[in-house]
Amino acid sequence: MSEQRLDIEEVGSVTVARFLDKKILDEANIDKIGQELFGLVEEDGRKQIVLDFSLVEYLSSAALGKLITMHKKVTAAGGKCALCNIQKDIMDVFKITQLHKVLTLCGDLDDALSKF
Amino acid sequence: MPAASQLNVQIPSDTTEALAVQEQIVALMEKHDYSMRDIFAMRLSLEEGITNAIKHGNGGDPNKKVSISADVSDERLRVEVADEGEGFDPKDVPDPTDIDFIDRACGRGLMLMRAYLNSFEYSEGGTKLTMERERNSELPIIDDDDD
Repeated sequence: MSEQRLDIEEVGSVTVARFLDKKILDEANIDKIGQELFGLVEEDGRKQIVLDFSLVEYLSSAALGKLITMHKKVTAAGGKCALCNIQKDIMDVFKITQLHKVLTLCGDLDDALSKF
Repeated sequence: MPAASQLNVQIPSDTTEALAVQEQIVALMEKHDYSMRDIFAMRLSLEEGITNAIKHGNGGDPNKKVSISADVSDERLRVEVADEGEGFDPKDVPDPTDIDFIDRACGRGLMLMRAYLNSFEYSEGGTKLTMERERNSELPIIDDDDD
């Protein structure tokens, strides 16, 4: 069993998935994170999901790709996905790529939970 | 003032090897007391540039190499990344912020490098990337008007 890349917590009807990596950069790691993320929707049937970035210091475009795919999968399942606790450098990456207009970016965890 | 630091390496088409090179270049930046902001910008740019060379340039072919050279001075950092692929024209890569491409899962690496680097150029038919960032660069410029 490979090491988990996400810490999962249930808050009411919402699943909070916290990234455990500081750097979401290399392909192999990103693929593992993608599998865990997509499994929340496709295998566990979860539809209300918060992604907590509080530990994340680096994020590559490949990781952005996984987040977009996750957003699509949750939306297609009739659910919602919100992102929270995003550090400023990471928020800049979302703004440069204009993904702040596509994804639901929130302040802290309470803010994200209030979206559901 | 320490002399400029150089690094010249050739790696196989393996992203794990690419990460090790990133760490070596970041170590040179730390030696020259670059800021965390500069290091964030270069780590991201190195990841995008070297990954592009491995995946899109060399097509992940383990028999093809990626050559990386870095020159780190107190004023700026210059990195060249060369692959052994067929090359490409950056103009053929669609704008990932275009409404038709905004939800595509790929295609943002070039955009990020342009945002974080003072100089960013593909030459030799798209097989060689040259990137530069000045110490304490203001980049990236973030437009907060459309939050």
